[in-house]
Amino acid sequence: MLAYQLRMAWKSLRRTPVVSALMIGAIALGIGVCTTSLTVFHLMSRNPIEARNDVLYAVTLDNWDPNNAWDDKHPDLPPFELTYRDATALLESPIPDRHVAMYKSGFVVEAPNDRSIKPYSVIARMTTHDFFAMFAAPFQYGSGWSAGADDSAQLNVVLSKATNDKLFGGADSVGRTLRLDGREYLVAGVLKEWTPTPRFYDLNNGALTDLEDVFVPLSIGAQLELGSRGNINCWRQETLNSYKDFLGSDCVWIQFWAELRTPEKVAAFQSFIDNYVREQKKLGRFERPLNNHLRKPDEWLRVNRVVDDDNRVLVGLSFMFLMVCLLNMIGLLLAKFLGAASLAGLRRALGASRKMVFRDHIVEVGLVGFIGGVFGLGLSALGLTGVRQLYGGNFDQLTHLDLPMVAVALGVAVFAGVIAGLYPAWRVCRVQPAVHLKTQ
Amino acid sequence: MLRMQHVTKVYRTDLIETHALRDFTMTVDEGEFIAVTGPSGSGKTTFLNIAGLLETFDSGTYQLDGEDVSGLSDDARSRIRNHKIGFIFQSFNLIPDLDLFDNVDVPLRYRGMKAPDRRKRIVESLELVGLASRMKHLPAQLSGGQQQRVAIARALAGSPRFLLADEPTGNLDSLMARQVLELLEDINRRGTTIVMVTHDADLARRAHRNVHVMDGQVTDFQSQTGKPLIASPEVHAVTA
Repeated sequence: MLAYQLRMAWKSLRRTPVVSALMIGAIALGIGVCTTSLTVFHLMSRNPIEARNDVLYAVTLDNWDPNNAWDDKHPDLPPFELTYRDATALLESPIPDRHVAMYKSGFVVEAPNDRSIKPYSVIARMTTHDFFAMFAAPFQYGSGWSAGADDSAQLNVVLSKATNDKLFGGADSVGRTLRLDGREYLVAGVLKEWTPTPRFYDLNNGALTDLEDVFVPLSIGAQLELGSRGNINCWRQETLNSYKDFLGSDCVWIQFWAELRTPEKVAAFQSFIDNYVREQKKLGRFERPLNNHLRKPDEWLRVNRVVDDDNRVLVGLSFMFLMVCLLNMIGLLLAKFLGAASLAGLRRALGASRKMVFRDHIVEVGLVGFIGGVFGLGLSALGLTGVRQLYGGNFDQLTHLDLPMVAVALGVAVFAGVIAGLYPAWRVCRVQPAVHLKTQ
Repeated sequence: MLRMQHVTKVYRTDLIETHALRDFTMTVDEGEFIAVTGPSGSGKTTFLNIAGLLETFDSGTYQLDGEDVSGLSDDARSRIRNHKIGFIFQSFNLIPDLDLFDNVDVPLRYRGMKAPDRRKRIVESLELVGLASRMKHLPAQLSGGQQQRVAIARALAGSPRFLLADEPTGNLDSLMARQVLELLEDINRRGTTIVMVTHDADLARRAHRNVHVMDGQVTDFQSQTGKPLIASPEVHAVTA
């Protein structure tokens, strides 16, 4: 019966092409706007490391100004990064199953044996060897460097897929070398396409910034005195005459994560960092009350406000816009259904009950919703293209309609159509059939 | 088969009340072909709508096939319409963008019949009215007479016991009107009871019995077949 009802609904829509087009346009517009804002919201609010959410922890310590909280609006929050000296101290802890300290930097890279590629600037992540396993970065060739490479600051590098494609034409470059800032680095591994979005492991430089081009041992950064290309926040007036002074300062710029696979380890590491801070307090540091945190990725994304209030307001506004579209659709449906009340009357005369006539019309509005949803997805694709054009960068990864979003959009469109059609369908099924049969 | 007693129907607006039927009493026996005549606004169509369960009435009783239908739910009334009653309208009331097959299919769909059964009935009905070869045509591709024959096929497809025709030849020329009437007579001979509202005295004369309605009441009965006048007390009460 549904197939028959859909066929009749399609014929009914073709009977009034202008009104049908207006209704479909109204719902398409509403769905298009909603889907666009929801797609951005959905992708910004997702947890890209959900599978490891229960074992990874972002580590924060409150070494900030005793008189002014790091965030005036949220005084309970410590800085989101650590000082170099604290990060390297925590790296000494044997409690975590894995841990990583890191920062964003950069190099000028020279292509090996290919003079057609001019030297160019790359973004680098200075990190420790556990980074790749902790964050489930997938390798196309090779692997990360060893713990020994960290300890001895070996000139190893892991390339992103894009970098390997550009420098080595996508070939297996493991064991080959390339020059970064004039030094030869050995390629230890090449990542597959990997775009964790939002960039949960370092939100200080924007949740949607570009993926790093190369990954290099953290210890090399200290050895070569490589500065940070990320945020550096300092509160204390300190004399920093050398890079060594900077590494020993109270400026925060290092991201630190720990992998703790059991609750016991979580408790033990929490106790470890608290004790560490207590010891530091004795040295005159960490003058604020104890405020150290281990946050899982989902909580980390939340406290960092990756999805800010503006996003939520935008989603709310887009749904209000959908409501306005639906109100218009109700009016159009009323005009269409009551204009064709004679056909409903005829169907009633031929044996259709009110319920049957109601169902027939609900199927029709469901079909309007579905078609509107399909067109709405088209509009949404256009809208997301516009977002990409406007913002570029990592929005390339953000702004794609995924299958769940397509399903949700079509579901919302059909549901919205049915909701809009309830009153008009009820009105038309209450019409006295006899009134229209004489005049059809 | 159809038994209305003292039926009253009043249409009300804020300003006026219109008595469409007043103390309307009438009986139709199985197999009859009755013509209902009367001037415009006399209540003929209101009677037909109430008889076809398309409208309710204010007072009185109405029994169809021995069942009191006055208190039935909308579902039950729709089921009776679908199973027992066929309608033929002056303006044919075919659905313009459905072909003949689909037009005849409409009441059968609401009956929930299986596809092979529906197809058999549709073909038989269209064969009966001589249009089986044109079942994929749209109504607009047919003449008025042919369209009315499709409407008759649609009414007959569900094998109704009771056919209600409201001015079935009103929109047809005399030749087509005669063909349609002959078709109705043939259907009646096969056992279907027919009540036909008409203005046309010639058509009315060909019915078994004429019922004249004036101001919402039955005013006259006349046999056209030599059969005795209906001897129900209700009829005599009205005609007396």
